[in-house]
Amino acid sequence: MIKIKAKDVDVFYGKKQALFNISLDIEEKQVTALIGPSGCGKSTFLRCLNRMNDVIDICSVKGEILINDFNINDKSCDVVRLREKIGMVFQKPNPFPKTLYENVSYGPTIHGMAQSKQEMDEIVETSLKKAALWEEVKDRLHEPGTGLSGGQQQRLCIARAISVRPEVILMDEPCSALDPIATAQIEELIDELKKEHTIIIVTHSMAQAARVSQNTGFFHLGQLIEHGSTDKIFKNPDNKKTQDYITGRFG
Amino acid sequence: MNLILFIFIVLLGFTSYYFGRKKAYTIQSTKKRLTALPQFYGYYLAIWCAIPAFIIFSLWAIFEPTIVKLLILSDYSNQGYLDDELNLIYEKTKALSRGQFTGEITPFIDASAEKYLSLRSIAQSSKVVIVLSAIIASVAYAYKRISSNSRTREPVEKFLNAVLFTASLAAILTTVGIVFSLIFQTIDFFKVIPLFDFVFGTHWYPAKAFVRDSSEALDPTMYSDTFGAVPIFAGTFFIAFIAMCVAIPIGLMSGIYLAEYASAKVRQYAKPLIEILAGIPTVVYGFFAALTVGPFLKELGTSMGLEVSAESALAAGGVMGIMIIPFISSLSDDVITSVPQSLRDGSYAMGATKSETIKRVIFPAALPGIVGSILLGVSRAIGETMIVVMASGLAANLTLNPLESTSTITAQIVVILIGDQAFGDPKTQAAFALGMSLFLVTLCLNIVALRVVKKYREKYE
Repeated sequence: MIKIKAKDVDVFYGKKQALFNISLDIEEKQVTALIGPSGCGKSTFLRCLNRMNDVIDICSVKGEILINDFNINDKSCDVVRLREKIGMVFQKPNPFPKTLYENVSYGPTIHGMAQSKQEMDEIVETSLKKAALWEEVKDRLHEPGTGLSGGQQQRLCIARAISVRPEVILMDEPCSALDPIATAQIEELIDELKKEHTIIIVTHSMAQAARVSQNTGFFHLGQLIEHGSTDKIFKNPDNKKTQDYITGRFG
Repeated sequence: MNLILFIFIVLLGFTSYYFGRKKAYTIQSTKKRLTALPQFYGYYLAIWCAIPAFIIFSLWAIFEPTIVKLLILSDYSNQGYLDDELNLIYEKTKALSRGQFTGEITPFIDASAEKYLSLRSIAQSSKVVIVLSAIIASVAYAYKRISSNSRTREPVEKFLNAVLFTASLAAILTTVGIVFSLIFQTIDFFKVIPLFDFVFGTHWYPAKAFVRDSSEALDPTMYSDTFGAVPIFAGTFFIAFIAMCVAIPIGLMSGIYLAEYASAKVRQYAKPLIEILAGIPTVVYGFFAALTVGPFLKELGTSMGLEVSAESALAAGGVMGIMIIPFISSLSDDVITSVPQSLRDGSYAMGATKSETIKRVIFPAALPGIVGSILLGVSRAIGETMIVVMASGLAANLTLNPLESTSTITAQIVVILIGDQAFGDPKTQAAFALGMSLFLVTLCLNIVALRVVKKYREKYE
C-alpha cells in the first residue's frame, strides 16, 4: 500500500534549484532508503516530507506530496498535526538539554496526549522500550539526556520521535555519527520499528541501505535517477549511473 | 636630544633587521641550509639592537636624577642644612637652570645651577656614547652568531613570549595596585569611623565634615551620624532595581525577537541600531534624564495629583534602564543564536510551534547565558554615575518612593571628591570606603556572571 506519493516536486534554495521533478511512491510499513552522493538532494527531499524546509527562509517547495491522499503542501495543511504524524531523527543526535524523561515526554506534552502523570509515565516507558533503551536508562530517567553515549543519545532521539506514535519516521543519516556497534543496534531497531511505522532513511552507506531497506531510491544531482525494490536496485539496476554508484565507481 | 637619539636607535633597529636578513640570504646562496626563515635572522639582530638600548635608557632614567642631586648637594653637605632645606635648595637650582626661578638669586644657587647644567650635559653626552657603543657591541656579537648560522628562531620566539608576558603583567599589576590603594585608604577610614556606623548607620551627611577646620585636632565623635551608608546603599540598589525593571523585559524580548523572529533583513538593520544605544555617552543619557524625563514625570505626576520631585529615582532608574537595554538584548541575542540549530530542528520536527520551541527548548538552554548577561547589566547599573548625579539628586534620602530623589554610591563619591580634597581626611577616605564597597559588589556580580556563562559554555563543547 502506498503511504506517501510525491508528484513533480521541485525545491529551490533562493534561485538555485536543488531538486528537479521528483516523483516517488513510498510503501507503508516498509523501509525506504534514499541513497546518492553528497549534495544530491536526498536530505532535502526527506525534509520536504514533514515540511522542515519551512524553517529555512530562502527555501521554497513546489509540487504535490500526498500523505494518506492529502497534499501536505496545501495551504490548509496544519504543520503541527503533520509533524505529529511524521517523526524525524537527525544525523547528529540532538537530545534537548533536559532530563531523559523530559526529552521523551516533550512531544506528548506539546500535543496534549497524556491526561495524567501516570499516562505520561507509560508513554515514556513504552517509547524507551521500543527504542531499546529502557533497560539501560530506567534508573536514571531524571538525569540529563546529554550525558548519554552517542548511540544511546540517538536511541533517545528515536524514543522521542516515536513517543507521539507517528505513522512515518524520517531518518537523516541516523548512524553517520555512531560507531559500528551502535550502528548495528540502530539498524536492528529500524527492523523492529517497521512493523508499526513507515520508515524513510537517508544513508551514505550502501551496505546499510542493502541491510535495512526494502525499497531504494537513487538520487544524483537533484534528480531521482532510479527507484524500486532494494533487491533490484542493487542486483540489476536499469540505469548505468545507478550501477556505477552501487559498484563504487563514483560518489 | 633624547627624541633624536630614540629615532636614531629605531633606525638602527631597522637597519640591523635588514642586514640580518641579507646575511641570511648570503648564507643561503652558499647552499647551506638556514636554521630559520631569513626574517628570523633580521629579527634576531634587531632585538639585540633594542635590548641594550632599552636597558641603558631605563637605568639612566632611574639613576641620573639621583646622582645629579647627590653631586649638587655635596657642595652644601657641611653647612648643617636639614633634609627639607636641602630639597628646597635643589628645587630652586633646577628652577633657575630652567629659567623659571622667581625668587632672589644668591651666588650659591647661581653656581649650583651652573653646575647642574654642566652635569646634565655631561650625563647626556655620556648616555649617547654608552648607548651607541653598547648597541654596536651587542649587534656585532649577534651578527657573528648569525654568520655562523646559529639558531635564531628560538631566541626570537622567547623574546616575543617575554614581551607579551610583560604586557599582561603590567595590566595585572596596575589593577592590583588600584585595589591595594583602595584597601589601605579604606582601612584608614575605618580607624576613624567605626565599621558598624558605616554599614548600619542610616544618616549620610558628609557635608558636616566639610566645615571642619583642618588645623583642629581630629575628633571622632563629631563624625558620629555622618557616614552612615545605609541610605546610599539602599538608593544604589533601588535605582538599579528600577533600571533592571525597564531593561530586563525590553532587552530580553528584543533579544528573542532579533534571534528567533526577525528576518535577516530586519536583523541586519535593527541589531546595529540597538547597539548604537550602547555607544551614547552616559552624560548624554544624564541630561536626557535630568532635562527631559525628570520634568516630564513631574508634570505628569502633578496632573495626576501626585507629588513628584524633579529629580526622582524613577527618572534616573528609567533612563539607566534604557541605557542597559542594548547590553541585555545584544548579549541574550548572542546566547540564543548560539543555541545549536539542531535543537530547534529537533523541536520543530516534534511538531512544536515557534513559541513552544523558544519557551521549552531554547530559553532553558540559553538561560545561564541570559542570566549572565543580566548580571553584567546589573553591575553596570550599580556602577553608573553620570545619570544619577544629574537626574536623581545628591541628597541621600532613605526612601523607597520612586518619585522622591535619592542618591547612590557613585554619586556620593562624586560629591565628596569634587573641589579641593585633603588627603588623610575622613571625608576623602569615605570616598575610598565607598569605592571599596562598590568594587566588592560588582566584583561578586561579575564572578557569578562569569561562572554562570562558563557553565553554559561547557554544555555544548
